[in-house]
Amino acid sequence: MEIKAIGCEPLQLKRVHLKDSHTLKVYQENGGYASLKKAMNMSSDDIINEVKASALRGRGGAGFPTGMKWSFVPRDSPKQKYIVCNADESEPGTFKDRYLLELDPHALIEGMLIAAFALGSEACYIYYRGEYRYLIDIMDKAIEEAKAANLVGKNILGSDFNCEFYTHTGAGAYICGEETALLSSLEGYRGHPRMKPPFPAIEGLYACPTVVNNVETLTAIPQIIEMGGEAWHNLGTEKSGGTKLWSVSGHVKKPGVYELPMGYMDMEKFIMEDCGGIRNGHELKACIPGGSSVYAMRADQIFGKKVRMDYEGLVEAGSLVGSGGFIVMDETVDIVDSTKNLTEFYKHESCGWCTPCREGTDWLTKIFTRIADGGGRPEDAQLILDLVDNIEGKSFCALGDAAAWAIQGAVKRFPEDFKKHLLPNNGNN
Amino acid sequence: MASAVATDFTNQIVYTDEVAEFSPEIVAEMESHLTKYPAERKRSALIPLLFVIQRERGWVDNAGVNYLARFLDLEVTDVWETATFYSMFNLRKIGKYHIQVCKTLSCRIMGEPDITEHICNKLGIHVGETTEDEKFTVSRVECLGSCGTAPMMQINFDYHEDLTTEKVDKILDSLK
Repeated sequence: MEIKAIGCEPLQLKRVHLKDSHTLKVYQENGGYASLKKAMNMSSDDIINEVKASALRGRGGAGFPTGMKWSFVPRDSPKQKYIVCNADESEPGTFKDRYLLELDPHALIEGMLIAAFALGSEACYIYYRGEYRYLIDIMDKAIEEAKAANLVGKNILGSDFNCEFYTHTGAGAYICGEETALLSSLEGYRGHPRMKPPFPAIEGLYACPTVVNNVETLTAIPQIIEMGGEAWHNLGTEKSGGTKLWSVSGHVKKPGVYELPMGYMDMEKFIMEDCGGIRNGHELKACIPGGSSVYAMRADQIFGKKVRMDYEGLVEAGSLVGSGGFIVMDETVDIVDSTKNLTEFYKHESCGWCTPCREGTDWLTKIFTRIADGGGRPEDAQLILDLVDNIEGKSFCALGDAAAWAIQGAVKRFPEDFKKHLLPNNGNN
Repeated sequence: MASAVATDFTNQIVYTDEVAEFSPEIVAEMESHLTKYPAERKRSALIPLLFVIQRERGWVDNAGVNYLARFLDLEVTDVWETATFYSMFNLRKIGKYHIQVCKTLSCRIMGEPDITEHICNKLGIHVGETTEDEKFTVSRVECLGSCGTAPMMQINFDYHEDLTTEKVDKILDSLK
């Protein structure tokens, strides 16, 4: 598997190839914690303004502007403020955070410290998906090292800034990647999403002001402070700042984690050259560029279309950046089968809180199972779309929308695959 | 090898008032988890503590849950409410090695069905079953975040990636 930057100097991946990259020593030898020192000589407003100027958007999938999210926190509130890192990486096709957590844990600690300093927080939680247990030991050691070096704990670097770090684990639930469900889980409850407003910035963990950010979002913060928000922004495009990690999987010759500048040209080159092209003797059929929850793209929406890889470019091309979980499929994949697979995923991961998502994903799974068993009927395509229409925009959280988009995209863009399964002589039984 | 002793993941809990007992070392470990959270927010430690129960008892059982309820000043139903939500908590006895094959899209298109079939044939059980010697349980689970090295499986907490049937044989044969 490849881990490398293309079209830009490695930023997120700057240290990952160094021996013992996870240690404080190597991190500091390569510029680590210089940004924290710089930030501690800046005002909170200046730090937040740099993050705003960077145009950094949440890398977990929703793409919300990070600087704006931070600015919602009432810094004058007498309550404790919390910084929570969302390391519940669970979007199918996404595995970038795993490598950051394993190979560059101090970058996350530094990013969280800068956030904590800017927002007046004294407590940081890193919420790992339960399956990433082996990564927690690495982080706990990194926190211990940082503590011994007076970078975490009381009177950090001789200042009056105090900040403690805690690792916490989930136990197998995709929904806990949704930030309010994550907070419920961190409080020891079922991973049910919460009503918004109040947003976590006002009432999050323990009803205190809380910022929840993805791993890749937080590891970008030291880079932004180091080079300045505008310079970081300029690595990308006008509306999509900086660089982004793409987790590439499926039928390419060189799967891996790739760091690309936002606005990378273009998706065809990325798949066919950078990722080594499709495995021998096969051809591209479809690509899901942003994790399973975004619209799948057909090969003819990619080839010759100069698809720009950033937030706006992918919307124009008919999909989304999402989490950057880039799943490539060749002609051997039956889209009905791949969509059935995702439908089962959303059914399993629906938390059951709201009816459209709980019942909708269950019903969809039943339909897809019947189709897979040879009982597909011509009217099923429309039935699926009608059903999906009753989930999209009607569920309590975005999981319902995610399921809806994954399925909608497949039915609308790959009708020939569905036609093969939806046979007139199957009747109405 | 062995034939099956259980057929699915049905909750096997028998609800009684029995409370588990733990050694002072384990109690100290449990108490260390409490230090991560504000004193009045002990419930936050529930998921990490359920993992301790599962490790010590082999599964999340009635007596272990009763212990946690006392330990955290919760109702027994509060503990069950959380324990039954998360897929990593086993509500029945499972084998010493829990083989969890990732079944989601990237793994599926990279050969997961063959891997699962191979494991089941080798062990002589179906998905969801445990071998008669209680050594192996096989599950298919949702995306484990290892898509670039698909197909993959997790055995207990260890990741095994870029699987082939030969590699699976080696791994399973090495487990005692």
